[in-house]
Amino acid sequence: MQYVDEFRDPEKAASLIAAINDLTKTLALHRDHPLHIMEVCGGHTHAIFRYGIANMLPPEIEFVHGPGCPVCVLPMGRVDDCVAIAETPGVIFTTFGDAMRVPGSKKSLLQAKADGADIRMVYSPLDALELARANPTREVVFFGLGFETTMPSTAFTVLQASAEGLMNFSLFCNHITIIPTMRAILESPELRLDGFLGPGHVSMVIGTRVYDFIAEQYKKPLVVAGFEPLDVLQSVWLVLKQIAEGRCEIENQYGRIAPPDGNKAALSAVEQVFELREFFEWRGLGSIDHSGVRMREAYARFDAERKFAMPSLKIEDPKACECGDVLKGLIKPWQCKVFGTACTPQTPLGALMVSSEGACAAYYQYGDLEGLRDKRHADAA
Amino acid sequence: MCLGIPGRIVAISNAERKLATVDVSGVKREVNIACIIGERPIEACIGDWVLVHVGFAMSVIDEAQAAETLRILVELGEAQQEIAAMRASGRA
Repeated sequence: MQYVDEFRDPEKAASLIAAINDLTKTLALHRDHPLHIMEVCGGHTHAIFRYGIANMLPPEIEFVHGPGCPVCVLPMGRVDDCVAIAETPGVIFTTFGDAMRVPGSKKSLLQAKADGADIRMVYSPLDALELARANPTREVVFFGLGFETTMPSTAFTVLQASAEGLMNFSLFCNHITIIPTMRAILESPELRLDGFLGPGHVSMVIGTRVYDFIAEQYKKPLVVAGFEPLDVLQSVWLVLKQIAEGRCEIENQYGRIAPPDGNKAALSAVEQVFELREFFEWRGLGSIDHSGVRMREAYARFDAERKFAMPSLKIEDPKACECGDVLKGLIKPWQCKVFGTACTPQTPLGALMVSSEGACAAYYQYGDLEGLRDKRHADAA
Repeated sequence: MCLGIPGRIVAISNAERKLATVDVSGVKREVNIACIIGERPIEACIGDWVLVHVGFAMSVIDEAQAAETLRILVELGEAQQEIAAMRASGRA
């Protein structure tokens, strides 16, 4: 496959790890006060665990897993809204597979499907559009979620529905936007971060210049990174190099995919269909100003929020669930009391255990579970 | 959902709706290419390697940039070998 194997070459990985070790020595770090590098994007969290990258690095460097897993930050009340729409007679509710098992306050979409609601997993919003064409007497709703990576695909789908005059298609818009989210992270007093791996595919859409404020105002290095093992290692090396040389800049390791100005056609479709919400509620992080988008008035007839009655309630996470603190990077997934016991990928309590991009699911799937349990017992003792 | 997969555009299937057939590791699928056409005639996209997300080609993979990133990595590897050799000879 084009530029996949090349970025998995073990020999190059070995030299990057050696270079990272050298820089770490230069920085004279202590393992009790490690450098904290946040990978903002859930895709990176997944890559870090899948390839065991955290274990390749010296203990003086720690990843803080950011909030960039759209499924994981979905509050319970929103899942309840999905279930309410899906259980409306005549509706075909379509969603990406990732969202099926996210727990709502009463049930997940998977449970609603078992109870008889017509819920279908789709690969693309275009598949939902096709369902609407094929079922003119049914209302087909697509559950749109994700950051700017998936936002353009949803926008183009709405534009296509509008061009065809399809009256039985609508979007339940839960898209979120990265810049206000990063600003909220940077403003959070609890977080001590030394640098960022920037989201590669969000940047493919929005470009890399939009991060300039992170270097200028907050004096933090950020390297936009790809998702293969060499991409992640090289980006960590670039962040360390900046720190060692006293620089804070926005660098782009993923130039093969992410151009500095982003994707003009994608941004213009997004601008045409969506506008910023005043605020959006996040699981674990609370409300963040301007961090979500909704559909513009011009596309009201495709807006599920306007078409359907929904509970729209704010529902607290279960008490035992510590997804919020994990999302903020305050605790590691294995430090949560229910990790791997009451909360597993088969029976998730919290959203971080659901998506393969969630930090807890990644730890569970690829981590050394025995070792983590020992560590937890040692911490408790 | 957010990771995407590389594929190659092999045909234009519906020019009006900006749909193309993309070959992803031997699997062919119809994909929307509105984001990567730019100012070109749509047929000019055939042969492009693109990154596909949820049924949309979102970026043309820039071969020159990929080669440049790999070149830096090769150089870094050579530099590391040299440093290792210097250290070894310093100890000798």
